[in-house]
Amino acid sequence: MSLFSVNKPLEPRSRKLVTISSFVLPILIWCLVSYVPFIWHPEVEITTPGSVNYFREGMLVDKTVFNAERDKASAAGKAIPEGIPANPIYLPAPHEVLTAFYTSFTTEPKRSSELWLHESLWSSIQVIFYGFLLSSIIGIPLGVLAGTYDFFSRLFEPFIEFFRYLPAPAFGALAVAILGIYQAPKIAIIFIGTFFQQVLIVANTTRKLDPALLEAGQTLGANNRSMLFRIVLPGILPDLYRDTRILLGWAWTYLIVAELIGTSSGITWFITQQARYKNFDNVFAAIMMIGILGLTIDLLLAWFGRRLFPWQKAN
Amino acid sequence: MSESNLPDYRVQSEAVRDRFARIKKRPVTMEVAGLSKTFQSRHGTVTALKDINLTIHKREFVCVIGPSGCGKSTLIRILAGLEQATEGEVKLDGKVVDKPGPERGMVFQGYTLFPWLTVKQNVMFGLRESGYDKGTAEAEARQWIDLIGLARFENSYPHQLSGGMKQRVAIARALANKPKVLLMDEPFGALDAQTRSKMQAYLMEIWKNIDVTVFFITHDLDEAIYLADRILVLKANPGEVQEVIEVPVPQPRNPDQFLSPEFIATKKRLEELIHPPKQDDDEDHLNLVRMVPVNDEVGSVF
Repeated sequence: MSLFSVNKPLEPRSRKLVTISSFVLPILIWCLVSYVPFIWHPEVEITTPGSVNYFREGMLVDKTVFNAERDKASAAGKAIPEGIPANPIYLPAPHEVLTAFYTSFTTEPKRSSELWLHESLWSSIQVIFYGFLLSSIIGIPLGVLAGTYDFFSRLFEPFIEFFRYLPAPAFGALAVAILGIYQAPKIAIIFIGTFFQQVLIVANTTRKLDPALLEAGQTLGANNRSMLFRIVLPGILPDLYRDTRILLGWAWTYLIVAELIGTSSGITWFITQQARYKNFDNVFAAIMMIGILGLTIDLLLAWFGRRLFPWQKAN
Repeated sequence: MSESNLPDYRVQSEAVRDRFARIKKRPVTMEVAGLSKTFQSRHGTVTALKDINLTIHKREFVCVIGPSGCGKSTLIRILAGLEQATEGEVKLDGKVVDKPGPERGMVFQGYTLFPWLTVKQNVMFGLRESGYDKGTAEAEARQWIDLIGLARFENSYPHQLSGGMKQRVAIARALANKPKVLLMDEPFGALDAQTRSKMQAYLMEIWKNIDVTVFFITHDLDEAIYLADRILVLKANPGEVQEVIEVPVPQPRNPDQFLSPEFIATKKRLEELIHPPKQDDDEDHLNLVRMVPVNDEVGSVF
């Protein structure tokens, strides 16, 4: 069967293969660019400085500069500098990043005041967790109310609709002024970033519940309270769960901003710091850690969700 | 049977006449008086229902039939209390109906089972709402599930059931509340022909054995004649009662009666009411002759 049939699932075998390639392809491109010398390599890593006095061993110089210096040296009959093609420092090779994945955990911080990587990661996870938890505890009930009762919809939604256009990072300074410089303002930024979207999304999800189910409930004698707790809530639960999963992803994007206010901390700060030291292998390793962590949590939640809602049609 | 041999649909046998006389002596379950419903639209006021009057006696089976847009769904929704009439009123056992309630069970075309509840829990829903404790509700629900023959599926979720099974659960769920009247809004409209006739037989069986009045909407003429004591024929724009037909087919019904003279006579009358022959109807017919090339070598298929 063709791989390109409109709106038809692939055969199981090719399906698995394509899924794997989704990860393998980018890595393959990265490997090609890193390991095949003539593909990109715009710079030269000096192996022998020769007679050029500002060249040092291991230094990276632009290819044109290197070529000019070499020609000059060879014309003057002096010692010719030598080097191998190299990529810029900001693109480390896969094996370097892979090593950094391990070494970044084992390397001691440069200063005693700085945190180990695992401590930074843990701090980030806490910020996300508390920010998102707080947002959900308030946002989900408000969203369900707004989606169920027109009264609450009119009461909450216009203001929230306005507030959600205010960029969360803009509240950074304010959050620090009110909540101090440690974790609290960071949690507040995550909260502001997710809360307003959450109310609106949950309200919409609630409104999408099949109205016929509510009518059926009414003809079975359900009162107002039962309608909310025995029909609306269980009815939207799978969608609510899915919304929450998506919103958790958004919360991660606000992490970057959140961790740069007050005292810098967490994985974002680790990335900034490592970039300053030009340890780009560590930078890539840390970025990937966020990705892997996010994806793992999402997959776990998806797996859990399938067990949580057995009445849903299996796809 | 040639048309001239058909009896008049108003002619009733002794047994049928006697049965209708007995029905009319029973207490009135539902009374619809001067009911009208208008909507405001951009093009002005639309009259969905106009001056509907109807008296339904206890344990009577009434079908409503009419062309699409005649407001039959609006009518049943008003009876259920899901919509309010603009004028007139609906009374159940003498009390005015203004909101939905469990004494008027409703079965919708779209099943509307709660997908997160099992068959048993769905049937238990109304019982729990009316204050039964869990054990009693469960025992009652079991009996109903047994009655509709789905005992093996009591712990299945709705998505695991076929359309006919879902609708049986929906009927059991409505009946578990012991409603005075069962409102059914084209309940078998989404089912295939075989399942549909099976469901009709089930419903007749249930109705015979349970003390319930049925108000049933359909667009299927056979279904209406097969099920109903009386058929309310509506017409569209505005939705008005065209005729109330007392079905002359004797009870209890069975599928053999589909070919009986009374049945066919009634169906013919319904056809006339619903699809009145028009004189100058040249908007809505096929014009195949222009498109189909005719091969003269093959003789006429007729």
